[in-house]
Amino acid sequence: MKAGTNLEKILESGQFAVTAEVGPPKGSSPAVIRRRGELVRNSVDAVNVTDNQTAVVRMSSVAGCAILKTLGVDPIMQIVCRDRNRIAIQSDVLGAIALGIGNILCLSGDHQRFGNHPTSKSVFDIDSMQLIQALKNMRDEKQFISGEEVSGEVPIYIGAAANPFADPFEFRVARLAKKVKAGADFIQTQAVYDVDRFRRWMEAVCERGLDKEVHILAGVIPIRSVGMARYMRDYVAGVTIPDEIITRLEQAEKAKEEGVRIPLEIIEQLKEIPGLHGIHIMAVGWEDIVPEVVERAGLLPRPVL
Amino acid sequence: MITITEQKPFEEILQSLEKNTAVYIIGCGTCATMLHTGGKSEVLTMKERLEEAGKKVTGWMVIPTACDQLTKAALVESARTIQEADSILVMACAFGVQTVGFYIEMQVYPALNTLFVGKEEGPGHFIDVCMQCGNCVLASTAGICPLVRCAKSLLNGPCGGSVGGKCEVNPDIPCAWQIIYDRLAAQGRLVELDKIEPIRDWGTSASGGPRWFNVVTSDE
Ligand code: SF4
Ligand code: SF4
Repeated sequence: MKAGTNLEKILESGQFAVTAEVGPPKGSSPAVIRRRGELVRNSVDAVNVTDNQTAVVRMSSVAGCAILKTLGVDPIMQIVCRDRNRIAIQSDVLGAIALGIGNILCLSGDHQRFGNHPTSKSVFDIDSMQLIQALKNMRDEKQFISGEEVSGEVPIYIGAAANPFADPFEFRVARLAKKVKAGADFIQTQAVYDVDRFRRWMEAVCERGLDKEVHILAGVIPIRSVGMARYMRDYVAGVTIPDEIITRLEQAEKAKEEGVRIPLEIIEQLKEIPGLHGIHIMAVGWEDIVPEVVERAGLLPRPVL
Repeated sequence: MITITEQKPFEEILQSLEKNTAVYIIGCGTCATMLHTGGKSEVLTMKERLEEAGKKVTGWMVIPTACDQLTKAALVESARTIQEADSILVMACAFGVQTVGFYIEMQVYPALNTLFVGKEEGPGHFIDVCMQCGNCVLASTAGICPLVRCAKSLLNGPCGGSVGGKCEVNPDIPCAWQIIYDRLAAQGRLVELDKIEPIRDWGTSASGGPRWFNVVTSDE
């Protein structure tokens, strides 16, 4: 075991994992995190806490994770490279481990231009690939980026993102291979709406044998309304939503129910894709739907290891 | 190569000159003239506007290349009218402003914002291609700078937001990493992208603190 987290145990034992996401509040209330954590805790194996997602200031990921820990939830701390340099990131990683956080997901981060502090200075001292590598080095070689020694153990289960829907498509598998080489233990992908493209990507992933080296969890986003679907299609970087999904939502009597049925159908298809080891449900701001999605997808009860 | 400038809002210029009554204006005959931000006609317009705002303009000149050492001679030559003013407004890039300030003890104010050193990509269209990082990576990026042309300065791109050749940060600009990818592909060098580009030394860039350079002559 690298970190011995619940997520790691589930994935390493070959079971189909389910993770969810919790967005911290734009405020200081731990109760918000607790409430969102309570909502999903029995339906998933681990919960991501976003790091100022979309460059909007929120409670820190490390604090959110520590609060989830007190509920017995296995947190996945997200780290973006946008706001912190290598000094701050490594320090946060040590702090996270001291607080019992074991899963860390490495991301580049959305550009601050779209957030609520567009005039801020971006950092991007290291990129997500280099962050993965740095965490692996801290864990396996007990070394900081500088080469200096880290004291004590650095047990981390390292996560990374992949977007099979971005371009150039041919490079997307090569990029995953790079992340695996850098040290990723698990991957959470961008939301899947175009299952065919995802399947083609997974075929190429398996051809290269990458499914044997890393656990891939496919992203799924329940759709709250037609407006949200259009917004995601038009403004969320790297998300592609086929027109027929938008049309289905438009024509549905109850768009909200359709917005759950669509991801459920997608999950059904995903479950059949060879090499896929789990799903990651991103229902930020709609956490209450997660238990229903997991249950109706036939993924309950979650294994206790 | 040309230094890209744009004029500051007039209100901001007036605010800089709040405590001053007499101004001498200096324009630049090179980049700022080409970009219509600090050439003769812009200097004359500025003179008019300042006078309308109640300032006395003691004189003006357009120095051929304001960032050049010859600026010193130009300042000496016009010393008398310059000294009649209590401030100098420089309509040149920040190099020009600082050059003037370097040779004269007077209050010097910028009239322009300096954006970047631009490369002309198409007629009248300039792009930022280098931030002078001091540790060039162009060898592994097919001659395209990822530090300034990728919105996230990624060394291991393209990120998950690259769609249809456009950058996720701004659909009007190309994804630098798509260009890098295409060029490497055309040169049969795609395999080079398998290498993880290591964490870089930013110490050679402006992050490392003020920079300077001494020329070493061959007979030393
Ligand atoms: S890598 Fe550095 S020196 Fe090379 S083009 Fe980019 S900023 Fe300039
Ligand atoms: S889309 Fe391309 S240019 Fe924009 S941040 Fe991503 S890799 Fe960089």
